[in-house]
Amino acid sequence: MGLNFSLLIVAALILAVFLGVEALGLSFLFGVIIPYLAIATFIIGFILKVVKWAKAPVPFRITTTSGQQKSLPWIKDNKIDNPATTSWTMVRMALEVLFFRSLFKNTKAELVDGKKLTYQWEKWLWLAGLVFHWSFLIVVVRHFRLFLEPVPAFVTLIGKIDGFFMVDLQNVYITGVLLLAAVTFLFIRRVLIPQVRYISLAADYFPLFVIMGIATTGILMKYFYRVDVVSIKELTVGLFSFNPVIPEGVSVLFYIHLFLVCTLISYIPFSKLMHMGGIFLSPTRNMPNNSRAERHINPWNYPVKVHTYAEYEDEFRDKMRAAGLPLDRESSEAEAAATKE
Amino acid sequence: MAKLPKTDELLRINFQPPKTGWQETPVDFKPGTWLYAGKAESLETLGLANPRQWSPEDEDWKLPENWKEIILEGLRERLGKFRSLQLFMDTCVRCGACADKCHFYLGSGDPKNMPVLRAELLRSVYRKDFTTAGKIFGKFAGARELTPAVLKEWFYYFFQCTECRRCSVFCPYGIDTAEITMIGRELLNLVGLNIDWVVTPVANCYKKGNHLGIQPHGLVDSFEMLTDDIADITGVQLDLSFNRKGAEVLFIPPSGDVFADPGTHSLMGQLMLLHEIGLDYTLSTYASEGGNFGLFTSHEMMKRLNSKMYAEAKRLGVKWILGGECGHMWRVINQYMDTMNGPTDFLELPVSPITGTRFENTKSTKMVHITEFTADLIQNNKIKLDPSRNDKHIVTYHDSCNPARAMGLLEEPRYILKNVCNNFYEMPDETIREKTFCCGGGAGLGADENMEMRMRGGLPRANAVKYVHEKHGVNMLSCVCAIDRAVLPPLMHYWVPDVNVCGVHELVGNALVMKGEKKREESLRFEPIGTEEDNDV
Ligand code: HEM
Ligand code: SF4
Ligand code: SF4
Repeated sequence: MGLNFSLLIVAALILAVFLGVEALGLSFLFGVIIPYLAIATFIIGFILKVVKWAKAPVPFRITTTSGQQKSLPWIKDNKIDNPATTSWTMVRMALEVLFFRSLFKNTKAELVDGKKLTYQWEKWLWLAGLVFHWSFLIVVVRHFRLFLEPVPAFVTLIGKIDGFFMVDLQNVYITGVLLLAAVTFLFIRRVLIPQVRYISLAADYFPLFVIMGIATTGILMKYFYRVDVVSIKELTVGLFSFNPVIPEGVSVLFYIHLFLVCTLISYIPFSKLMHMGGIFLSPTRNMPNNSRAERHINPWNYPVKVHTYAEYEDEFRDKMRAAGLPLDRESSEAEAAATKE
Repeated sequence: MAKLPKTDELLRINFQPPKTGWQETPVDFKPGTWLYAGKAESLETLGLANPRQWSPEDEDWKLPENWKEIILEGLRERLGKFRSLQLFMDTCVRCGACADKCHFYLGSGDPKNMPVLRAELLRSVYRKDFTTAGKIFGKFAGARELTPAVLKEWFYYFFQCTECRRCSVFCPYGIDTAEITMIGRELLNLVGLNIDWVVTPVANCYKKGNHLGIQPHGLVDSFEMLTDDIADITGVQLDLSFNRKGAEVLFIPPSGDVFADPGTHSLMGQLMLLHEIGLDYTLSTYASEGGNFGLFTSHEMMKRLNSKMYAEAKRLGVKWILGGECGHMWRVINQYMDTMNGPTDFLELPVSPITGTRFENTKSTKMVHITEFTADLIQNNKIKLDPSRNDKHIVTYHDSCNPARAMGLLEEPRYILKNVCNNFYEMPDETIREKTFCCGGGAGLGADENMEMRMRGGLPRANAVKYVHEKHGVNMLSCVCAIDRAVLPPLMHYWVPDVNVCGVHELVGNALVMKGEKKREESLRFEPIGTEEDNDV
């Protein structure tokens, strides 16, 4: 249900651009207004969300410890998975963000012969996830050759390396292909693994379809329907220099591509795609496990009702005396006051 | 009480999710899987909301009129107080990496026991009332209305999570479903939904100092029974002190070890050790509980119970605190105690008076784990050990969830074990250390009425024990947790009947050569010492 719904929405979005640009001539809307709105939504939404998270305090140090603690000096502690210092915590975080270290631990459990639980090697999700994200990042960076004039040297360099392979006398950007392959894999696994399918919502299929759409239209433009890059660059540089223009000869394929990108970035702040910001703030990962050595402060720590020793002794004084336990008072405060009178 | 199915029946686990979507599949309160409701009396003792007589089986849970408002307001408040909750609600991508990491899922096949769906139970309500997408797109954004049926689902599944944190090790964002369960239970408590196996120990602990509600004189008697046993076995008479001002150290074990086997044996081992090295320590009847079932109720309740440790340390004027073998107790001490009830300016940096070791890792909480303390003694050759006295035990070690994943206490107990026994084998890597599997009865779920669920949840652990039992002949499962010692014996009895359970310090007690002891013929269990072959002769 979620799958069909998402597919339908993405198809409708594509159709809307097609009709809008081809039939109604709304190229200014799709080429200028919507991109500006999308970028604004993305930036403002992203910031608001992160601020909202950051405003919520971290009352306790709930690090997930995935290795030996630092205790006695002769016991080797696991500095990455159970960091005791901020610098090692940064190493842990970097490995999470750059290489999905926790996901790398993944295994697949299976009940064999109806009685033996086994835990098997399963790194495909990790691999596909990593390929997908790194490709995505490189593709985004490469795009800056279209946004900036002059093109920064490192963008050109990344493009050169990425386009190292030649197919039919044409440079093929390997990341574009990998991106599409990886996102397709993520989609297929979502549908084929019954458990993952069961937990999937429309909100999980939607970004996958949008990204597939972006990658497909991108690849079509670059290798199959050679579009007029010069006029596209005129448009994008115009956007980025706040002098928007709608040049002649921009293919509708480009408008579809652009509109899907706009959809994706404006969707980010309202969705799970915010994980890119969330991962940096995750309290089980971004704090050292040193709360026995350094006091962690809870800003809203408040006094609570406790049962004091005095109350306890009042209740059990006679029994305690009989058991030979030391007492703080020979009688309760109330009794003492009564005998005085 | 529901009849426990046979093992082969229980092993017929169906991992295929049902045809109906999870939001359309109502919860089935099948006997043997859920726990009895908290007694009104205990709720009253603690001043908790809505004390009344009710049962999860009833159609009407006798909720307050405005229950929905209370829950949603409670959720709003907690979203503002816990960044963890905000993030864990917003960032899950439903990749499913956590799904088969939960022992309850592996043992039951119930998709709502996949950590991700357990969290979605709350997340769906969060979306509906607290997110733009959920407000606009409703069901398509995975949002749903909070209804009595949803509340029942929360109750069922938040009391079917042992807060073990195994899922959080594997999640790429560190989403900790235990944290969601903790907060979910906190919300349930706002309208009087809790289980008796948690609330009554909490009430006992609050008033009387320990979970079983043993009064001061009873506690002293119970300790005396332990020292009598020690005298019988070793010929050495221990002299314990209680509530003694001016002692150097306050020693707080979990109270479960005072009353029930095999915990008692482990506590005996600790008492013998502390006697042997001549530590100047006292026990307390007021702070006679290391464990803290408040952790399974709410953050506030955790603090209310935990406060006794520092209050008593201060009253008695000790220098530092030594804590016994207990699992969730150490989650509280390592991650909450100092924040909640510190600072500890009335205590001093713990220094072992025997070895001179300064426990710098505890310089703020000033509380040392007994296995850290003992490992240090062994490493400095301060105690004499005869590991052959444990020769009839072929030992493996179960990491309890909390010391493993909320502390990282992995090597200390292993170091001790390797010094006190000659036969030690690890279970498979995927089932130990930070990847350890729960006993199935943590977080207050160790009751009898949910025995089927316990056996299911304990399946992955038992399966790994079975593996080393068959491969290496392992017959003793050691651990450092009082709940384990209560929950693992029935689990072993059910799945791997030839394996016994012990605390690490029971083996220490067996191996410990004491000054002036008589020739040891019996172990701390009053069983003949030596290998089984010896005994046959
Ligand atoms: C700091 C940056 C980021 C990190 C560390 C990160 C990490 C992850 C991880 C670990 C997963 C789960 C594994 C997987 O399915 O691949 C994931 C899933 C996902 N990420 Fe990211 N991510 C980041 C940024 C982004 C960005 C910028 C996007 C695109 C807009 C994105 C889109 C997705 C999507 C769509 C999924 C779900 C894949 C599925 O449905 O299976 N991520 N991310
Ligand atoms: S592993 Fe984390 S992100 Fe993936 S489904 Fe589980 S909780 Fe969500
Ligand atoms: S904390 Fe443990 S019991 Fe709870 S969902 Fe995670 S793995 Fe399951």
